[in-house]
Amino acid sequence: MLSRESLINILLAVLLLAVPLAANAYGEPFYVTLATRVAILALAATGLNLALGLGGLVSFGHAAFFGIGGYAAGILATHGFSGDPLFFGLSGTNQMPVIWLVAMVAAGLVGLLIGAISLRTSGVYFIMITLAFAQMVYYFAISWPAYGGEDGLSILVRNQFPGVNTMRPVNFFLICYVALMAALGLFVLIRSSRFGTALQAARQNEVRVATVGIAPYRIRLTAFALSAAMTGLAGALFADLNRFVSPSMLSWHMSGELIVLIILGGTGRLFGPLAGAALFVIFEYVLGGLTERWQFFLGLILLGTVLFARGGLLGLLAGKARHG
Amino acid sequence: MAEPVLQLSDLAKSFGALRATDGVSLDLRPGEIHALIGPNGAGKSTLIHQICGTLRQDSGTIRFAGQDIGHLGVSERSRLGLGRTFQVSSLASEFSALRNVMLAVQAQQGSSFRFFKPVMSDASLIDTSMAMLERVGLQDRARLPAAELSHGERRKLEIAIALALNSKAFLLDEPMAGMGPEGSKSLTGFLDGLRQEAPILLVEHDMDAVFALADRISVLVYGKVIATGTVDEIRSDPAVRTAYLGDHA
Ligand SMILES: Nc1ncnc2c1ncn2[C@@H]1O[C@H](COP(=O)(O)OP(=O)(O)OP(=O)(O)O)[C@@H](O)[C@H]1O
Ligand SMILES: [Mg+2]
Repeated sequence: MLSRESLINILLAVLLLAVPLAANAYGEPFYVTLATRVAILALAATGLNLALGLGGLVSFGHAAFFGIGGYAAGILATHGFSGDPLFFGLSGTNQMPVIWLVAMVAAGLVGLLIGAISLRTSGVYFIMITLAFAQMVYYFAISWPAYGGEDGLSILVRNQFPGVNTMRPVNFFLICYVALMAALGLFVLIRSSRFGTALQAARQNEVRVATVGIAPYRIRLTAFALSAAMTGLAGALFADLNRFVSPSMLSWHMSGELIVLIILGGTGRLFGPLAGAALFVIFEYVLGGLTERWQFFLGLILLGTVLFARGGLLGLLAGKARHG
Repeated sequence: MAEPVLQLSDLAKSFGALRATDGVSLDLRPGEIHALIGPNGAGKSTLIHQICGTLRQDSGTIRFAGQDIGHLGVSERSRLGLGRTFQVSSLASEFSALRNVMLAVQAQQGSSFRFFKPVMSDASLIDTSMAMLERVGLQDRARLPAAELSHGERRKLEIAIALALNSKAFLLDEPMAGMGPEGSKSLTGFLDGLRQEAPILLVEHDMDAVFALADRISVLVYGKVIATGTVDEIRSDPAVRTAYLGDHA
């Protein structure tokens, strides 16, 4: 018997696939793009969910990893297009698989660095120090004229995937959808593994974990780097969706948005990020069409969630989370 | 005489002006139960915290299993074989009793960096953990979240975890608290056998249990050990009677 939460998850996964496919069939590419946005934001938030949901690490700096992934795509594509070598004689590329790998490695390594320092603190200090690091990356991007500085960087032609015409919105959507599903699969594996057990236990009770002989710091640092890499991949896809990268991907608004997605959807829940991203994009589209102050209403809904529905949308629909 | 498993020398720890541990020296020998008694606020838990590393001593040394551990972190000391239960139970409260023990077993196997195999279908973890739960009589409560267990059951769960760690010494901070008379009795019987596996430093207010179990007793008052001796020596020590035992002796 599938649990209620599993049924809801399957429904969400099917909806996210069916809506853009139907929209494509009816010649409405706009909705395909909207769904792609949902998938990519959900992927970024699933990355954050590893650290925040499983590990209890409230990172207010994940925009840094999202943006680093974005810039990795933008920079590689720019050099791939112009033919100018990058550095150490390496050349750019317009091949998505290579770009993704670079984006994940770059974001993961920066995550390792930021995590190594930030994880020596906890609570509010951790939130503040991750924010500070992300702001450093943000100002660095702004003051770096070679790659557009404040104006950002355009990707003239969407990067390519072997055997797929990525310029067709529905094809690019499918790529993002598969990436999201793969990330969710990885999340499930990690959550139920030994590593995930230690990570979640460290969120519940750090002293307990140390008392059985596991150093919480190393577990958290590993989770933080994995989380950064996943969010970095989302950043690379986001750059290709918009064919544009700018420092706004690195701004603290973005970090906040990712946290909001998770809270709206349900912290630590497998499909929390997708539910949250879908809600967010629908609000943005529906309310944003009615009023410029849609974020005010989003704020109200967030407030309601925190006050009355701590489990987010999934908590509301599927009840309390269950652990083994 | 056999080399002590655990040896504290001249340990001191202050909280501001309060000397919670004041020049404590004591040891734990193979096969014994060494009870640590004393009035509320005497510094018993503070001493346990320093042995485990959750608090750092100001001065003095802690030797365990032949090495100086005073500078090691909590997790390193645990890996050397210090098994410990807390006065206020400290568990992963959302996890089931079983998964709490499994965490200890996986730590014991030295392998928390495995990312893909689900623990709930890992027989090597589950079987060992169930065996530990059975030893403390919690097998029927294995699937309940730790938060839903009673006080006494949480205590037992902590003991099961310490057992799973193959501890070389047990440090038990008031394991009888919240157990009820029946529970205390059965736990007393259990601890009596446990000393065969590893010696126990037992902090306890339940004097019936202490007198029934202890090979030696140390009495802590205001951070100082005022007496160490056998049950009979302690019962007849006038200083101990005034400071702590009163009409219990
Ligand atoms: N972290 C701390 N900071 C300041 N003072 C503390 C701290 N921990 C304990 N104390 C104080 O140190 C003294 C010893 O406390 P401790 O908990 O070790 O006593 P105890 O012997 O375990 O008492 P009980 O029998 O009530 O458990 C008490 O006066 C307590 O208030
Ligand atoms: Mg105490």
